[in-house]
Amino acid sequence: MKKELKIPRIKDGTVIDHITAGNAVKVLHILGIPKSSSSTVSVAMNVKSKLGKKDIVKVENRELDPHEVNKIALIAPKASINFIRDYAVTKKHKVKLPDEIIGIVSCSNPTCVSNAKEPVKSRFIVISKDPPRIKCYYCEREPEDIADKII
Amino acid sequence: MLFFLIRMDFKGKDIISIKDFSKKEIDYILDYAKDMVRYAMGEKYKNVLGGKVLSSLFFEPSTRTRLSFESAMNRLGGRVIGFSDPSGTSQKKGESLADTIRMADSYSDAIVVRHPHEGAARLAAEFAEVPVLNAGDGAGRHPTQCLLDLFTIRTEKKKIKKNKIVLLGDLKYGRTVHSLAYALSLYGAELTFVSPASLKMPNEVINECKELGIEPTYTSNIEKAIKDADVLYVTRIQRERFPDAEEYNRVVGAYKIDNNLLKNGKENLIVMHPLPRVTEINPEVDTTPHAIYFKQAFNGVPVRMALLSLVIGGKL
Ligand SMILES: [Zn+2]
Repeated sequence: MKKELKIPRIKDGTVIDHITAGNAVKVLHILGIPKSSSSTVSVAMNVKSKLGKKDIVKVENRELDPHEVNKIALIAPKASINFIRDYAVTKKHKVKLPDEIIGIVSCSNPTCVSNAKEPVKSRFIVISKDPPRIKCYYCEREPEDIADKII
Repeated sequence: MLFFLIRMDFKGKDIISIKDFSKKEIDYILDYAKDMVRYAMGEKYKNVLGGKVLSSLFFEPSTRTRLSFESAMNRLGGRVIGFSDPSGTSQKKGESLADTIRMADSYSDAIVVRHPHEGAARLAAEFAEVPVLNAGDGAGRHPTQCLLDLFTIRTEKKKIKKNKIVLLGDLKYGRTVHSLAYALSLYGAELTFVSPASLKMPNEVINECKELGIEPTYTSNIEKAIKDADVLYVTRIQRERFPDAEEYNRVVGAYKIDNNLLKNGKENLIVMHPLPRVTEINPEVDTTPHAIYFKQAFNGVPVRMALLSLVIGGKL
């Protein structure tokens, strides 16, 4: 079997490429996949590339909302999103971290009000896009390891 | 002039963090607080906030802050409802802060909140239509303390800029001293940090000072630090920061302020402390002209009067 067949090409759908190696599962978790869809999803991890190892996610028959996908820039700032139609890439763009991250990361500060039983979602202000750095809207603390704090 | 008036419209504004304010806005608040002093002393009276109600919600006790807020509201002719500690409130029965705030919002024209959780005031502001004033959130922010500290320095030294200010004590955990270092840098004060090695000012705070053009100096030697100082700001070193009593006693002993130490300082050196003090300042200092801490505590009233009047919208 040839190398490139490890992960099959898809006819229609979305390919998320250049995911920081090891983070594909967390990316799926952030995107709520496969729960929110019945599409076939394939994941390749530790794929060798020119820029070192990377992960790839392919979602068939579904074009993901770019605004949704942008959230993954938190843990995969170099990722790119490719929309595929009839085996060809119709649109391609790099993920861009939004200015605010709501309900995806929990605050690492145990005494932060966002960790108490209050009717609010966690909320972070993005202070740097690459490398991603975020600050809690409530207590102003920065989580040391963002990936570790994904809800 | 019109531009100025629009910019300085504080009505309905929340007071959550000192960093939410520009230097011009802080100056405006401090100027207004100066006008409030004679009213705060009871020498003059004007019914600025008659018919207005302030909710004073203290989810943890803080006698000084609560009393000075309540005095401020009363001096302006307004009334206060609330509680001074959460036992016996519905919070104890498991009610969320958000729900308590919603209730207070419908009963009053402004809410003062003190809460053990960091970020609590920011959350309160999300659930309240009326302005929220942060009276301390956990180890977090305490903007009215910061404003009254600035007010005190400005009153005693005529200006804040260029003063040599020594911040002494627990500079690591006390976030109020972090806000103060930031605000003093905003004004161009010269800063020296004095603390035991284990309680040093965190780098992120030092970097904030640097971004504002201030290069703070650090020493563990208090005698040297106060030689040319204009202001000595003392904070409490808490017992729970140390592994054992012996180490704690040694550190506390090394940073104790007494008349003998103050001989090394300038004649017009002022000593400040947010209070309550335990053993950091020997009571013998109280009767010297250096001691400003009781005046500083009084200054909480005119500063909070200025804030309440501005955010609720009454005019002196
Ligand atoms: Zn937080």
